[in-house]
Amino acid sequence: MLKSSDLDVAYVAKLARLNLTDAETELFQKQLGDVLKYADKLRAVDVSHMEAAAHAIPIFNVFREDESRDWFTAEQALSNAPRQANGLFIVTKVVE
Amino acid sequence: MTGKDLPALNIADLQSLLRHREVSPREVLDVLRARIESVDGKIDAYLSIDFEAAAKEAEKANVDLPLGGVPIAIKDIISVAGEPCTCASKILHGYRAPYDATVIRKLRAAGAIPFGKTNMDEFAMGSSTENSGVKLTRNPWDLSRVPGGSSGGSAAAVAADEAFGGLGTETGGSIRQPAALSGVVGLKPSYGRVSRFGVVAFASSLDQVGPLTKTVRDSALIMNAIAGHDPQETTSLNQPVPDYTEGLGRDLRGVRLGLAKEYMIEGIDAQVKAAIDAAVKRMDSLGAEIVDVSLPHTDYAIAVYYILATAEASANLARFDGVRYGHRAENPKDLLDHYGRTREEGFGPEVKRRIILGTYVLSSGYYDAYYLRAQKVRELIRQDFAKAFEKVNALISPTSPVPAFKLGERTDDPLQMYLADIFTSPANLAGICGISVPCGFADVDGNRLPIGLQLLGNALDEARILQIAHAYEQSTDWHRARSPIAETLPNA
Repeated sequence: MLKSSDLDVAYVAKLARLNLTDAETELFQKQLGDVLKYADKLRAVDVSHMEAAAHAIPIFNVFREDESRDWFTAEQALSNAPRQANGLFIVTKVVE
Repeated sequence: MTGKDLPALNIADLQSLLRHREVSPREVLDVLRARIESVDGKIDAYLSIDFEAAAKEAEKANVDLPLGGVPIAIKDIISVAGEPCTCASKILHGYRAPYDATVIRKLRAAGAIPFGKTNMDEFAMGSSTENSGVKLTRNPWDLSRVPGGSSGGSAAAVAADEAFGGLGTETGGSIRQPAALSGVVGLKPSYGRVSRFGVVAFASSLDQVGPLTKTVRDSALIMNAIAGHDPQETTSLNQPVPDYTEGLGRDLRGVRLGLAKEYMIEGIDAQVKAAIDAAVKRMDSLGAEIVDVSLPHTDYAIAVYYILATAEASANLARFDGVRYGHRAENPKDLLDHYGRTREEGFGPEVKRRIILGTYVLSSGYYDAYYLRAQKVRELIRQDFAKAFEKVNALISPTSPVPAFKLGERTDDPLQMYLADIFTSPANLAGICGISVPCGFADVDGNRLPIGLQLLGNALDEARILQIAHAYEQSTDWHRARSPIAETLPNA
């Protein structure tokens, strides 16, 4: 496991598409540094023979019939949209 | 029985009055509304209440159903059609759920009336409800203290007699811990026992919905309604649902209870420890056999929990992008600015902190070191429990190492706040079930603060821990104690 000082909050915030103020960046750098230092204790565990557990009670191959069901309408789906027009969500422009 | 006494009733007793037509669902609703109006200004348990919608439900309620005519408070992370579902976050301000969560559909099918959305830590991230983006909820036993969290609104509403029962959700202890701190009963079902469909996701491999109630029997009654397979939720277990009230009333002869030495940590409050020791003696006198067991990987649970839960949260909260619902930043200069500012403006500090941590542990170069390793240790924790349950029927421990702490006492130190989950989060990691029941009081600064006893059961063994908790509860008077604010009657 790498040293917790590797955490670069400003860089990770970019990955997370989350703007932070300078004060937040500095505070999180310290607080999360503490949390990662605490998490260093996991280095002591021998996991060489272990499989990763994604879920506590695994279920596999959950299928249902491929058929249409009643569900909410396009109008309902759009009912909480901050911006919409012509039955569509309006997205911020991505191409020039 | 006068109207003024109604709010103090538990669900079973209230439903009996309703079934025998001694009171109508509408009268119950009116009395509860008056009660909320008289005390919630002090507690702040509720975020929104739609009395008109509930009154319509009350008019047509079938009181012959198991929960017929009973209003149930709902944590504001669970979708109720047409009602706000804000997760106590600014980013969901103004959002209204377009459909009922499966648990709400099932509660309605059992005759219950969802009534009121309760406060919580924003997106269920916290152990004190202080991370709510809307307001603080106060502990009915001492208004200067937290009710626990994240389901603190539901717990406080039940403790203050401004709800007959409530639904909460758990990811690492968010039902059991507020139940302990607020002096009520809280059950976390096994992973997959209750559908998560329509519940806003925090950490999908850990989240479960469960009841907060005044008694163990009420917990069983709500479980009878909400448990079971849901074809709309792929992690929902397709297993038969027993009648959870059936085993209630049996004694503890033949029951083997495990005490894990790893739970006897330093840092347990002396009065909490004394209360748990007394409860163990009581279990013994009721016929249970007390057995020492070992859960050797307990000390790693919090670290594993905060890596996995934040990783899953960072992925789940990526959906809050200001396009389909929720807050959207004004006049973005481009798409990255749109995302970055929408999320900056919408999320509170703890949510931001967890998104950063979760994104980091999943990022290139760190995934194996943190996330993958944590998943492997999670499996070791699960195996610890599996081995213990070969020897015992249930495990016994404190729910929280300390009674309710002061508002503001831990907010500056996230790691200290995270340690509040030390006895509860292992059960979420292992997917097993757990319940917290009142087991005494700590005297602190002249106030009585509730203490919770935790029983952990094997996966799908809810009926067993309910039976044990009920036998203990009925041998004590703890569940009859009422918070100081519950003793003040409504201005009816």
